[in-house]
Amino acid sequence: MSLDRLQPGGSARTQLAVVGARSTTLTAQNGGDKLKGNLFYALLLLAIAFALAGLTAIVVQAFVKGSPALSTHLLTDPPSAIADRAGFRPAIVGTLYLIVGVIFLVVPLGVGAAVYLEEYADRTRWWNRLVELNIQNLAGVPSIIYGILGLAFIVRGPLDLGFILAAGSLTLALLVLPTVILASREAIRAVPPSIREGSLALGATQWQTIRRQVLPASIPGILTGVILAISRAIGETAPLLLVGAATFVTFNPSFFSDDGYTALPVLIFNYATRPQDEFRVLASAGVIVMLVVLLAMNAFAVWLRNRYEQQW
Amino acid sequence: MNDPDTRTTSAGNGSEVDAVAAAAADAHGLSQRIEVPDHGDRIQPAAPAEVIVSIRDVSVAYGGNVAVKDVSFDIHRGEVTALIGPSGCGKSTLLRCLNRMNDLIPSARVGGEILYHGQDLYGPDVDPVQVRKVIGMVFQKPNPFPKSIYDNIAFGPRVLGMKGDMDQIVERALRRGALWDEVKDRLKENAFGMSGGQQQRLCIARTLAIEPDVILMDEPCSALDPISTHKIEDLMLELKQDYSIVIVTHNMQQAARISDCTAFFTVEMDEADERKRHGRVVEYDTTERVFQNPADPRTEAYVSGRVG
Repeated sequence: MSLDRLQPGGSARTQLAVVGARSTTLTAQNGGDKLKGNLFYALLLLAIAFALAGLTAIVVQAFVKGSPALSTHLLTDPPSAIADRAGFRPAIVGTLYLIVGVIFLVVPLGVGAAVYLEEYADRTRWWNRLVELNIQNLAGVPSIIYGILGLAFIVRGPLDLGFILAAGSLTLALLVLPTVILASREAIRAVPPSIREGSLALGATQWQTIRRQVLPASIPGILTGVILAISRAIGETAPLLLVGAATFVTFNPSFFSDDGYTALPVLIFNYATRPQDEFRVLASAGVIVMLVVLLAMNAFAVWLRNRYEQQW
Repeated sequence: MNDPDTRTTSAGNGSEVDAVAAAAADAHGLSQRIEVPDHGDRIQPAAPAEVIVSIRDVSVAYGGNVAVKDVSFDIHRGEVTALIGPSGCGKSTLLRCLNRMNDLIPSARVGGEILYHGQDLYGPDVDPVQVRKVIGMVFQKPNPFPKSIYDNIAFGPRVLGMKGDMDQIVERALRRGALWDEVKDRLKENAFGMSGGQQQRLCIARTLAIEPDVILMDEPCSALDPISTHKIEDLMLELKQDYSIVIVTHNMQQAARISDCTAFFTVEMDEADERKRHGRVVEYDTTERVFQNPADPRTEAYVSGRVG
């Protein structure tokens, strides 16, 4: 190929500049830089391999150990002292009730708090900054502390609900509320200001703008927060033990009866601590059941999110 | 129009300064006067146009920084008023005061009076939401809502609770916005699928749907190609029959082509603190006089392309 065609026109200075620029782009990186780049890339691969290996190990372990016990009677039978007849039905129902309760509590509270902080709160006021700071910190508070809080204020104390399933839902909702608030705030903040301005310029009130423009546009992000919240709530054991989740319940629970209730992680823990080997197999099978319940709920939320997904 | 001097806010001695500026410009050989096309209707109006918005000694400050100071001029019914001037001179700031969009910035303070049909827009009993219903706004970057074309238009009438057949309201707005023929078969499609020029005309049509009295446009063509710009300029000339339009523009040819009156803003140093700058209106007059025979040498320098 003739080089002449590639020669740029223009003044001598322009030509020199173009030649200089080309030579820079075409020169290979020097050895040291290349090595550092490859080393960094290897470290990144190692990090993701480590994370994946841990996850795979848990799932494979659960399947290998639990598969002998897998059958439909796990879903339909109540717990029993006889391993062959023991199932998870009351725990599955209890977990579903708990999560439904959490969603009903956490979505309006979390989105409401996020809307206030993003759209109404005056950042120059110290109390608003204090609230913001505390919500971020609350997301990292250990769950057992929420358990004690639930016991002191919800089960007993001011609310005095007793050891009922609704008290469990309320405690778990408090636990995951910061997650939902933070994710919802991010989602609301991601709605371009030009959308708000466009709406207000048409004579819409602030509330109409939030209700009809900002919230619909931030649904996907809010749902992401709800998915994270459900995933955390479904696996929590410690706070539930404190607010009355019993380990051995043979009937389906209800929201407000004080006959007792249980949840999947609580029952799995109970089976795993029994001396008989059969129950340990059952515990592994319970983990599989829980993963399936979790995946089913998240799949629904992801489907919902994709329905509302939009790009700017 | 009628007596042009009544519209001039500049205190400068017109003819003398003018001559000096013109001589200076000619000496450099850089001066190029922009032709102002004849709109026909501007010559010899039957009666002086009705003042619809009167801006009196308006100053706007963000925190402690004055953005624009002591602005006074009138906006007339059925005319296009252009605000021109270099960047940072407060044109957009002033424009956003006219429908109280500056209320969204907590630190913004507005002094002076903006009288709309004689009523102060910043009066204690005035609801900014009501102001925005009669004084609509089109923004620099097209900002359609993430909804269908139909819902973009219908949003305003719906939130305002306008009575009537929504399909008709939408069609009328799109026809007025010169968009109907292009989109009538895809009203249910997402507005993001439109071209930039179409999106901006959608935003204009969206504003027309709520039947405002005044339309504010903040550099509506700065993100558009020349063909889309041309379409929007044609649309503005047509719309001024029924609406008063105030447009901020950096394109002086555009100001000359479409506006009836022009306010020229400039940036001034603060007397007390040299580091602070604020905008000020140097000259306000008919577009013809601002571009052909400006009273102030700074206007002359700007419109002839020697600065800015």
